[in-house]
Amino acid sequence: MAQTILGIILNGLLIGGIYALVAMGFSLQYGVARVLNLAHGEFIMFAAFSSLSLYTLFGINPLISVVIVAIGMFIVGFALHSTMFRSLLKSSPSPAAFEGSSLLAAFGLLYIIQNTAKIIWPGLPSWATFLAFPIRILGVLILANKVVALSFALVIALAFYLFLARTRMGKAIRAAAEDRATAGLMGINVDSMLALCFGLGAGLAGIAGVLYSMCYGSSTDMGMANTFIAMAVVVLGGLGSVPGAFIGGLILGVISQILRQYAPIFAMPAFYFIFLIMILARPAGILGKR
Amino acid sequence: MNIATLTSKKFLAPAVLVLIVVVLATLPLYISPGTRTLLLDFLMYIILAVAWTMFSGPTGYISLASAAFFGIGVYTPGLLYAEGAPLLPLPVVLAVAGLVAFCCALAVGAATLRLRGIFFTMFSFGLLGAAQPIIQFFEFETHGARGRYVESIGANNVYYLLLIIFVAAMVTAYLLRRSRYGLALQSIGGNEEAAAHMGVDTTRMKVLFFGVSGIFMGITGAMMAIRWHYVDPSIAFNLNYSFLPLLMALVGGMGQLYGPVIGALGFAYLRWVLLSTQYYMLIFGIIMIVFILFVPGGLASLIERGRHRLREVIAKLPKRGETTEHANT
Amino acid sequence: MRILEGQDVTKRFGGLVAVSHVDFYVDQGEIAGLIGPNGAGKTTLFNLISAAFPINSGEIRFKGQKLNGLKPHQVCKLGIARTFQQIKILADMPVFQNVLVGAFFGNRNRVSGTDAAREASQALEVVGLSTMSTAPAKDLTLVNQKRVELARALATKPELLLLDELMAGLNPTEVSEAMELVTRIRAKGITVFMVEHVMKAIMGICERVMVLHHGEKICEGTPHEIACDRQVIEIYLGEETHAGS
Repeated sequence: MAQTILGIILNGLLIGGIYALVAMGFSLQYGVARVLNLAHGEFIMFAAFSSLSLYTLFGINPLISVVIVAIGMFIVGFALHSTMFRSLLKSSPSPAAFEGSSLLAAFGLLYIIQNTAKIIWPGLPSWATFLAFPIRILGVLILANKVVALSFALVIALAFYLFLARTRMGKAIRAAAEDRATAGLMGINVDSMLALCFGLGAGLAGIAGVLYSMCYGSSTDMGMANTFIAMAVVVLGGLGSVPGAFIGGLILGVISQILRQYAPIFAMPAFYFIFLIMILARPAGILGKR
Repeated sequence: MNIATLTSKKFLAPAVLVLIVVVLATLPLYISPGTRTLLLDFLMYIILAVAWTMFSGPTGYISLASAAFFGIGVYTPGLLYAEGAPLLPLPVVLAVAGLVAFCCALAVGAATLRLRGIFFTMFSFGLLGAAQPIIQFFEFETHGARGRYVESIGANNVYYLLLIIFVAAMVTAYLLRRSRYGLALQSIGGNEEAAAHMGVDTTRMKVLFFGVSGIFMGITGAMMAIRWHYVDPSIAFNLNYSFLPLLMALVGGMGQLYGPVIGALGFAYLRWVLLSTQYYMLIFGIIMIVFILFVPGGLASLIERGRHRLREVIAKLPKRGETTEHANT
Repeated sequence: MRILEGQDVTKRFGGLVAVSHVDFYVDQGEIAGLIGPNGAGKTTLFNLISAAFPINSGEIRFKGQKLNGLKPHQVCKLGIARTFQQIKILADMPVFQNVLVGAFFGNRNRVSGTDAAREASQALEVVGLSTMSTAPAKDLTLVNQKRVELARALATKPELLLLDELMAGLNPTEVSEAMELVTRIRAKGITVFMVEHVMKAIMGICERVMVLHHGEKICEGTPHEIACDRQVIEIYLGEETHAGS
């Protein structure tokens, strides 16, 4: 289906919203909890399939199950960090050592989650989507579910930004991200804060997964690509910046749509090279601080 | 020759290697094809694990790109063969596979090894997703179909070639460890800033040896294409080939030369045993986390601790000719 | 001859000017000191000399050669070695290996294995750590770890040695030992430039001292001269200073 430029851009922005959620979650997990969560994409995949099952088995539509799944993912993420990653943090001689070992642990987690999903949901990928009827925006036919997804993403991003910027807990999180030791001395329970952020990141992944499956279907192999997209967006938009992750997500969404239109096979490599150039030219990202 | 000399590393390592090579070289004469297939797997995984450890072990820069270099290597015979027959002599094909992987590693390394370790890891992770479509594209352009056939050279020949590559990898790893370059890589892992101030050209060292480890992965990939007779992007490029060598090196222990070897043997065997269950990777993921949490130095660290304790015990034993009555006088 | 010279050296970190238009020099064969309150820019200046950071403006020359734009390993090979305020040893490696790295790579020419080992042994002997060469560096006391860093620096066969707070954390006896060590090192023909807070050392062995404050050089002269300087006393030394001791 040939698309007009406008259509491409609109569709790009729409998927960009989901990319933004993916990136915000990843950014929280790496920016604050200092865990490079290679399994991030697998959380997304697991959420996608969970919402699918909730719909096919219990008739719960994704717009409701997104809450259930998000909370479930949050709990899992929180639990994982309070146990496994905290233990690693305590036993690591240096921050760099922790970065390495937590990364490896996440790698192991990737395989655990991916294979658990394959056991629970064997079979081919699912193309089932929800709310897949077209509506007309700016003269372009867009699927309603994508618009819903973007709206969701916008609302959540805004809520998150306000949470981090205005609330007391948000400030505590930012403090812990900047300087863990000093934050601890200020009375912030850093351990809980890190676990909370990791959990929040998982929750955001959950939301992204549900929205993704609502619009585009689910497959057990979708994890890796999403993890890399998360990395790319975070590098583009700057680590530790929610607006940066959001804008980065939108930009990469548009770029991915353009690539998919003209040279679909080169979408991933192009992503990769853009990513590479970005990091060489501006390691702090567009809006990043570090 | 007392026990101390016999258990000293310098004597043991080359001796064991020679012994192993001799045994392995004569095996095809009396083992079943099934066992030989298993041995081929063993050799492949050992080479990959040892190659990964060559760079990532001492420097602490975790590479997740093994699958990409392996996949590039798998594809090279595919691209250099027409109608299933090789366009170039086999050694050249293998060399080209190694060379392409080397260049790719140099390129990615030069770009990303100047940055913080975590960025390097991210890029090594993404390389797989970037390399696969590119190769797939070339496949379509030059061949019109997804997979292609590679002429068989006989299982025994594959075995002996792989054995040669295995020896080359082990010798390289051994020499590197004992050389000034191994020392440089270790110093980079210990404190990169200090290493730079001592005169180590850290970027050049990192990029070069990242490349060297890539060579072995590429050549091994090419061997696998020849072994499987058939290459296809989804077979060639699989994250498992980044995960498994890492897992093997971690569990085996990166501090010793034999660490990745025993790790590879253990997991290759375990995989063979569990293959029918289809979800053995789940168990491997759990084992990975268990070891990271509780035995970060791997099995090698446990073995070394045991050896030290053994040596302490032996040293305390009464020497020949002495009696314990000495203490009473 | 001025072995090290800096003109109008400036380094900014964002809005903060860490080193501001500093002119300095070190004569060959002397022991020069660099003092000043915390945050004055002393370690930053060292970092600029050793190329740990790039310089913003100005020039630093070593034996007439510009150091601008070089990388740390190149500066080391030219003949400048340093120790660090926050110890940077290779913790898991044995002491000997720590020093061996310097011996192998610090020289501008390629060194053979036996020569490197010999250099490392000699360096360890100079600092008095020959008996501990097989111990893992992390198992040593802080004092000895500083000696490892020093031996490592010496193994690179430097002509100029930058010592960043070598005496920090040492008790008076250890300070005297360290002062004697530095003097012995200079006697071998190595120029020493040292950042110190321990006044006993500065007064005791330095021939010339520079004072930095807020990134600027405010005074320069013999230890006695700077100890009597009104401004220096005010911002750093305090009244009734033990200038002569």
